[in-house]
Amino acid sequence: MDSLKKKVIIIDYQLGNLFSVKQACETVGINAKISSESEEIINADALILPGVGAFIEAMNNLKKLGLDTAIKDKVTKGTPLFGICLGQQLLFTESEEFGAGNGLDLIPGIIKRFPEEFEERKIKVPHIAWNTIYKYNQDWSKTALSALENNDFMYFVHSYYVKPSNESCVLTKTNYDGIEFCSSIIKNNIFATQFHPEKSAEKGISIYKNWALKNNLL
Amino acid sequence: MKTVRIIPRLDIKGPNLVKGIHLEGLRVLGKPSDFAKYYYEQGADELMFMDVVASLYERNSLHDIISETAKKIFIPITVGGGLRSISDIKEVLRVGADKVCLNTAVIKNPQLIREASRMFGSSTIVIAIEAIKESDGRYLAYTDNGREFTGVDVFEWAQKVDELGAGEIVITSVDNEGTGQGFDLELISKISNIVSIPVIAHGGAGKQNQVLDLINDGNANAVMISSMFHYHFIKENESKASSLEGNVEFLNQKRNFHTFEPCTISDLKNLLINNQIECRL
Repeated sequence: MDSLKKKVIIIDYQLGNLFSVKQACETVGINAKISSESEEIINADALILPGVGAFIEAMNNLKKLGLDTAIKDKVTKGTPLFGICLGQQLLFTESEEFGAGNGLDLIPGIIKRFPEEFEERKIKVPHIAWNTIYKYNQDWSKTALSALENNDFMYFVHSYYVKPSNESCVLTKTNYDGIEFCSSIIKNNIFATQFHPEKSAEKGISIYKNWALKNNLL
Repeated sequence: MKTVRIIPRLDIKGPNLVKGIHLEGLRVLGKPSDFAKYYYEQGADELMFMDVVASLYERNSLHDIISETAKKIFIPITVGGGLRSISDIKEVLRVGADKVCLNTAVIKNPQLIREASRMFGSSTIVIAIEAIKESDGRYLAYTDNGREFTGVDVFEWAQKVDELGAGEIVITSVDNEGTGQGFDLELISKISNIVSIPVIAHGGAGKQNQVLDLINDGNANAVMISSMFHYHFIKENESKASSLEGNVEFLNQKRNFHTFEPCTISDLKNLLINNQIECRL
């Protein structure tokens, strides 16, 4: 039956650790393959864009491998995409730090860095912690977060966060030491999280499962 | 919200979980995977695996333990011990580690921090600093489980580690490690105040209240604990805490257990939450 199963490509642009993403997929029964071939992206039923590392290097690698246009084409045509951490940031227009036109520009908005100080407090950056995600305008029941409760803890590790131009895509927000930021988004076929569901224990794994179910990938 | 992380530390020698005092005099406690699974179920925020003899042999031998653990345990895993180069780091990340912990290699070649953080992302690179307080009151950094003198000032080194792009620092008080006497709050709060990155405190946890003091007075962002949790696990699971290499006698006698107040991760987290310290339960 495996040949009939929907094929999900975990996009490998040679940064970070894809082992745990693949492991999470296997645990919930997603037929996932790690690949850096644009051909495989074009033929995929759904895409996962993971990532740890630097925005500029990630974009350079995607371009070098010819994956940026492949991803944009697929997602524009309606293929489900699940972005994680840096993979969420790459979907946006640009990074504040590196200038205009750097991202995949599937969602209008910018990438900001946490400040070193906030309200006269020193802020530790990166934000490395379990932190709560809470509802922002949207109902979770029809999304990959359907098994979660408001204020459940997820695992974060990042120095940058996304600031969408239009807040209608914001699915959850999170507050780090007084600074509120967008911690996940949903827009048509795109779902993306700043936290790492594959590192967020059983609740995090439920996000993989429910993303796959909502998109008929199992 | 600002939460603290509770990180059980598993020191590994060959196939066994071990525990020493002042990072020395290792005793075998049991099978690492049993402890790892138990801590995951108990709500550990991350796990740290340290190959404690790797530096001696210049290689990390945890690959099998890591890949087995990473298949079933969905929390961050940090691996340390004997990692010397970019290719060593790549290899442990490939088998399932999320972060690597470096000490000896970066003391010898600090630029490795910059290179590795660029390549793998800052948050993947954790720097361990093993501090010993000298008789003149200075804190100096050591390597190889507190055996090798480097002459490097701990606070200057911590600042440099931060500047070079590391994601976190694990500060170990070698003097307090394995003793259960409590943390070196002077050392930890000073480190935490001079760096911009998160600090994980390690060395000395014996009682739950000491962890509370650490968070309140030491400004730590996370705490790494071995004995308190290991001894609780052994008490609860006597049959599993055995070993092929002996030391069963030590375990049965529970010698030096008296300086520790064994507890579960959730006991400790409940205490913190009751004292207005946020953490994931």
